[in-house]
Amino acid sequence: MRYLPHCDQGIRSMLDTIGVEKINDLFSGIPENCRLPRDLELPAPLAEADLQRHFQALAAESSVDGSWSRFLGGGYYDHHIPAVIDHLISRSEFYTAYTPYQPEISQGTLQAVFEFQTLICQLTGMEISNASLYDGASACAEAVLMALRCSRKRSKVMLSRGLQPRYREVVMTYVRYLDVELIEVPLAADGRTDEDAVKQLLDEDVAALVVGYPNYLGVVEEIESLSRLAHASGARMVVAAAEPLAMALYRSPGEQGADIVVGEGQSFGLPLSYGGPGVGFIAVRQKDMRSLPGRLVGETVDKDGERGFVLTLSTREQHIRREKATSNICSNQGICAVMVSIYLSLLGKNGLPQLARDNYSRTTYLREQIAALPGYSLPFTTSVFNEFVISCPRPATEVLKRLEEDKILAGIDLINDYPEIKNGLLICVTEQNDRAQLDRFVDALKGAAA
Amino acid sequence: MSAIGSKGLILNEKLIFERSTAGRCGYDLPLLDVPSVEPDRSLLRDEIEGFPELSEVDVVRHYTRLSTWNYGVDSGFYPLGSCTMKYNPKINEVVARLPGFAHLHPATPDHLSQGALQLMYDLQQALCEISGFPALTLQPSAGAQGEFAGMLMIHAWHQAQGNKRHKVLIPDTAHGTNPATAALCGYDVVPIASDGVLSIEAVAAAMDDSVAALMITNPNTLGLFEPNIREICELVHSRGGLVYCDGANLNALLGICRPGDLGIDVMHFNLHKTFATPHGGGGPGAGPVGVSAALEPFLPVPVIMKEEDGYRLVADRPLSIGQLRTYASQFGILVRAYAYLLSMGPQDLKRATELAVLNANYIRARLEGSYHLPYKQRSLHEVIFSDADLPNDCHTLDVAKRLLDYGFHPPTIYFPLVVQGALMIEPTETESKQELDEFCDALIAIAEEAKSSPHLLHEAPVNARTRRLDETLAARNPRLRWEKS
Repeated sequence: MRYLPHCDQGIRSMLDTIGVEKINDLFSGIPENCRLPRDLELPAPLAEADLQRHFQALAAESSVDGSWSRFLGGGYYDHHIPAVIDHLISRSEFYTAYTPYQPEISQGTLQAVFEFQTLICQLTGMEISNASLYDGASACAEAVLMALRCSRKRSKVMLSRGLQPRYREVVMTYVRYLDVELIEVPLAADGRTDEDAVKQLLDEDVAALVVGYPNYLGVVEEIESLSRLAHASGARMVVAAAEPLAMALYRSPGEQGADIVVGEGQSFGLPLSYGGPGVGFIAVRQKDMRSLPGRLVGETVDKDGERGFVLTLSTREQHIRREKATSNICSNQGICAVMVSIYLSLLGKNGLPQLARDNYSRTTYLREQIAALPGYSLPFTTSVFNEFVISCPRPATEVLKRLEEDKILAGIDLINDYPEIKNGLLICVTEQNDRAQLDRFVDALKGAAA
Repeated sequence: MSAIGSKGLILNEKLIFERSTAGRCGYDLPLLDVPSVEPDRSLLRDEIEGFPELSEVDVVRHYTRLSTWNYGVDSGFYPLGSCTMKYNPKINEVVARLPGFAHLHPATPDHLSQGALQLMYDLQQALCEISGFPALTLQPSAGAQGEFAGMLMIHAWHQAQGNKRHKVLIPDTAHGTNPATAALCGYDVVPIASDGVLSIEAVAAAMDDSVAALMITNPNTLGLFEPNIREICELVHSRGGLVYCDGANLNALLGICRPGDLGIDVMHFNLHKTFATPHGGGGPGAGPVGVSAALEPFLPVPVIMKEEDGYRLVADRPLSIGQLRTYASQFGILVRAYAYLLSMGPQDLKRATELAVLNANYIRARLEGSYHLPYKQRSLHEVIFSDADLPNDCHTLDVAKRLLDYGFHPPTIYFPLVVQGALMIEPTETESKQELDEFCDALIAIAEEAKSSPHLLHEAPVNARTRRLDETLAARNPRLRWEKS
């Protein structure tokens, strides 16, 4: 086996040094009644060439080749990925390293993550970011736990119905056995979180109000007024961004008063990869720094006074605090955070806002044309970013099926998550969808109306 | 000094923000072929203050230089105990990047994702066979989230039985994630003292009808197989509890022993340890969880079902603990792990375990005269020394930093907590005798230096990118982001 470097002679000499006859003697600590009395029943080993063929066959069966048009969003976004990213993260000093426990030989990872923390702060308008979390939904759950920690006696959390439905479910999973009450805040007719309902539901027991920005239906929420309401009753404002590219265009949650901003960074240079790995982020205010979950990189100096970076504030973490830790998290999404940093550095101050604008223009082009189609309508006319909902003249599942025949994945059926929207379909447009695709989509929808 | 650590040209590099030059951009946008429209002005932000402005070349140089300050498994020996830093095969990186996997949107209908679903299903079946559990979820994002899923399932099972139990027993050798996870599931943690391994008596004394579960690591963090594991599982079950196994050390058991056969109810895997997926400087990992038949109804959703006309993701499972992440898995990591599994096959997986244990015992034999060995029992895949015998105010941290000068990544240090100044060495199977000898020679030389020239240890490292870094300063005066000065 090519990954195993041992030869018989070497093994013999190692056994002699150890002072045992055979390798099996080394397993004497495992009682007989714990041994597996047979061989494992697994497929026979594949040589590299055979392996590659096998995986090519598995990967062939999908809808990713250029003949398909895709309008799928819903928390994972098909943006173009600059070639630079994969090239750089394929440097194995990055991807084959462990968590940087030995900072003197891990300055590459540490500085890159310090830069990630800074970029996330700049984009979200917040003060402190950690080194990343698993993904958007788990980051949202961690934000809820953090808000509860920060306001010790409060035990209710309000989740907007516009929050990504999977984020809501994951929050539910995380607080399942904690003494926490989750309250759903309805949406107003315009697709935004209902401010009157917020006013009514907020009380002194609410630790956090959690809202999407933009929300799952693509609608841009009024974070500033929601923050004011939350703060007036002493709750923390949590903003969850499944598509943080929107923040390059619209006002940052930080400038609108958010206390905790979380989200999914997949849009920034990570492949869709069937939903993972992505990269969650969490950014907070200075005052809540010590309640943050996960790894943090901080600046310091070495013995000669030179700048360097280390993992820091680890007294929050499980390996020191054990059951009193701020979270059970051990890993982060390391290399994915580096990918985000590379992406944001490439696009930077000039490219990222322009990309966001172009996404907006493409989306507007499609949205207006669909709105003009007989039988189709827009349930929400409020401002959106690169996603929006349409009401179809017949069940969305039928429309999706019809368009699949034209090699178009038209969007996400909302029947399960938002049955109140009649024949609702969630459509996403990115820079990957050129005008020809958009026009073909409109034609196909026209054909699917009847 | 017989070291592989040597000289090289190390290039300095500023922070990316300090490299910025106004007006540059490292990405050309695709042609906008629709009319440009102006969004609602009241919603717009100002420029993103502080964001960098760089050309593509700037960015490439920056990250290339940073990478050279890192040490990875591809650079050299990385014997971090409990972390299983084995070689990460390159073909796995290639297959994970196949467009049919890398560009597959997670909301793609199941009938257009059959290849990906089949891969997940087959990996799931293989992990069940390896571990002896009848059911499994691939969903958890890492070991700690796997623990979380496992303990939630235990909680859900008790609730379904009408049990009100609020305690979890955890041996003092456990990883910190175990107690942190138990607390996250609403449990009180009761530590149990072990003497290297857990005794039946110690568990019996703590086990009453308020205890929901025992969390155990096997082999434990001392590298010792828990010899009473079957009896302990029986005991816990007989008093109405369940047993959780931390599978971080599964690399010691492949093809030799299946935790699911021993009476364990739940175990998580760390695919980034046992199944050779890269650690990525801190992640992503993946933490599948195997469970007994009784816990199967509580698995997180969605689950993958194989039906007559293909594979399907199913979310409608009323007893499920729910969902743990936005989409079904860290799929890209699963692809790599499955590629590893298929490359190895059943015989070589077992061989890997045998050689990992051989390597650890070889290191132990070579270092036993030079460092204090606190536990004398035959250990499996890792060996733990302590700094108890080191003279001249030399400690584990000094040894670790001196190892850097010799060109090696140090072992895990100061863990497990039950060993004073622990040096926890896990070589894995992918290191040759030559590598191990060079490493042992270095450690033996360092033990000599501690006697004759302790300043070499105290001053170390001198060959690394930086000298020893001031971690106290970092914590006392946290600077967690760059600010324009």
